[in-house]
Amino acid sequence: MIRVVLPYHLQRLANTGRVVELEVEPPVSQRSILDALEARYPMLRGTMRNRATSERQPFIRFFACNEDFSLTSPDAPLPDAVVQGKEEFMIVGAMAGG
Amino acid sequence: MTQVRVLVGTRKGAFILTSDEKRQKWDVSAPHFSGWEIYHINGSPVNPNRLYASQTSDWFGQVIQRSDDGGSTWEAVNNDFAYIGDPGTHLFYDDSQKPWAFKRVWNLQPGLADPELVYAGVEDAALFVSKDGGQSWQELAGLRDVKGHMWQPGAGGLCLHTILLDPANPQRLYVAISAAGAFRSEDGGITWLPINKGLISDGELPDPGADVGHCVHSLAMHPSKPGVLFMQKHWDVMRSDDSGDMWHEVSGNLPSDFGFPIVVHAHEPETIYVVPIKSDSEHFPPDGKLRVYRSRSGGNDWEALTNGLPQKDCYVNVLRNALAVDTLKDCGIYLGTSGGQAYVSADSGDHWETIVHNLPPVLSVEVQVIK
Repeated sequence: MIRVVLPYHLQRLANTGRVVELEVEPPVSQRSILDALEARYPMLRGTMRNRATSERQPFIRFFACNEDFSLTSPDAPLPDAVVQGKEEFMIVGAMAGG
Repeated sequence: MTQVRVLVGTRKGAFILTSDEKRQKWDVSAPHFSGWEIYHINGSPVNPNRLYASQTSDWFGQVIQRSDDGGSTWEAVNNDFAYIGDPGTHLFYDDSQKPWAFKRVWNLQPGLADPELVYAGVEDAALFVSKDGGQSWQELAGLRDVKGHMWQPGAGGLCLHTILLDPANPQRLYVAISAAGAFRSEDGGITWLPINKGLISDGELPDPGADVGHCVHSLAMHPSKPGVLFMQKHWDVMRSDDSGDMWHEVSGNLPSDFGFPIVVHAHEPETIYVVPIKSDSEHFPPDGKLRVYRSRSGGNDWEALTNGLPQKDCYVNVLRNALAVDTLKDCGIYLGTSGGQAYVSADSGDHWETIVHNLPPVLSVEVQVIK
C-alpha cells in the first residue's frame, strides 16, 4: 500500500485526511501514484499537474525518503521504501513568497 | 420573506453576506474555500440556489465549484479548459509572441434561461461554455480568430473578464478582454466581431484607434435596453447606442476617467455608476476619498456619492467585478475594496453603510434577491 501525504488545501478539496493509502500496480512511479490518486479523488485532477500537458504544477513538489523527486522523470521508479509503504510519498506545496 | 444574498470573492476565500430587504443587518458567513483565490462567484438567474465559483491558486491551479443549495454545500465539477486546436501565440509585453496557456477562470456567467448553461471567461483569454452545469467545457474558439495573435496581457493578465448576455436575443453575446477590447457575437458565440470603433488609446497603442488591443476594463448593459452599452476603459468612460458598433466618450466631469468597474441601476437604464481611481500608475481614489460617481443621464454629468464612504486617508481600489446592483425596488448598490471592506447603499447610492470591514482583498461582488 502506497502512503501519499497531501498538502492541506488538497486535503480540504478531497475531504480526506493527511495521508491517503493507495493500491498502485508496479512499477510504482510519480505518474502511477498520481493516476491512482486522481482516479479515487477526481476533484484533484489539474491541481497537481497541468490538465493539458500533464506537467507538474510549478509550485508542487514531490518528496520521499528525504529526497526531492520533483525534477526526476514522472515515469522513474520510486524507492522500494515507498513501494512497500515504509516511507510516505509527499505532495508538497512549495514555499513561495512570504 | 425576501432575502438579499451577496456573493463575495476574495484573495483568500468566498464569503456569503445575507440580509433582509432592508439591508441594514448582515450575517457574514465563514470563509468558503479558505486560502484560495475566488475570482468570481455567481448565481443562476433561473435557479438562485445554483451557484458557480471559480476557485484558483498559483499552487494548485483551477477548480470550479458548484452549489445547488445557495452555498451551503459545494461540489467540484470539471476543470478541464482545453483550447480547441493549437491556440498558437499572443503578443507579450516585450513585443514577443508567447504561447497561449490556460491560467484561471475570471468570470462565470450563468445562462439567463437555463441553470445548466454557464459561460466561463478565462486567462489566457478565451470563452468556454458548459451546457451541463460545469460537468464539461467547450471553447468557443471563433473568438480567438479575431486577431488573437495581436492581443496582449494587461497588468492583470490576458484575461476575458466580462461576459454580457442579451436578454432580448439569446444568440447575442458580448465579452471584454484586457488588453484586446470588446467583442460581439450574433450566433451564440460561434463567430465574433471586434466592437472597438470610437475607442482611442493614445500613448497605449501604436495606432490609438486600432480595431483590437484596447484595454477594456468592464462593460455594462441594462436588460431593458440591451443595445446600449457602457464601458469603463483603461482611461475613458464610453457609451454605445448601437450594440457596440460605435462608441463615444461620456467621462464628462469625472475627477479621473481611469477605473475598473461600471454598472447600471436596476430600474433606470440611464443611471450608471463608476469608481474613479487616480491613474494607471496609482490605483487608489483621488485625494484619498472613496467616491462612487453616478450619472443619471447616461454619462457626461456625474455626481459624487460620498455619504458613508471614507473621505479621508482612503487608498483602496475597487476591481472590475467588485461593483454590483440588486433588483429591489430601492435599488441597492454594493462594492468591495482591495482593503477588504464591503459597502452597501440601499437607496441607489445616496447613503452607504459598511457591511463588513476586514475581509481579505475583494475580487468580485455579485448580488441575488431571493423571494
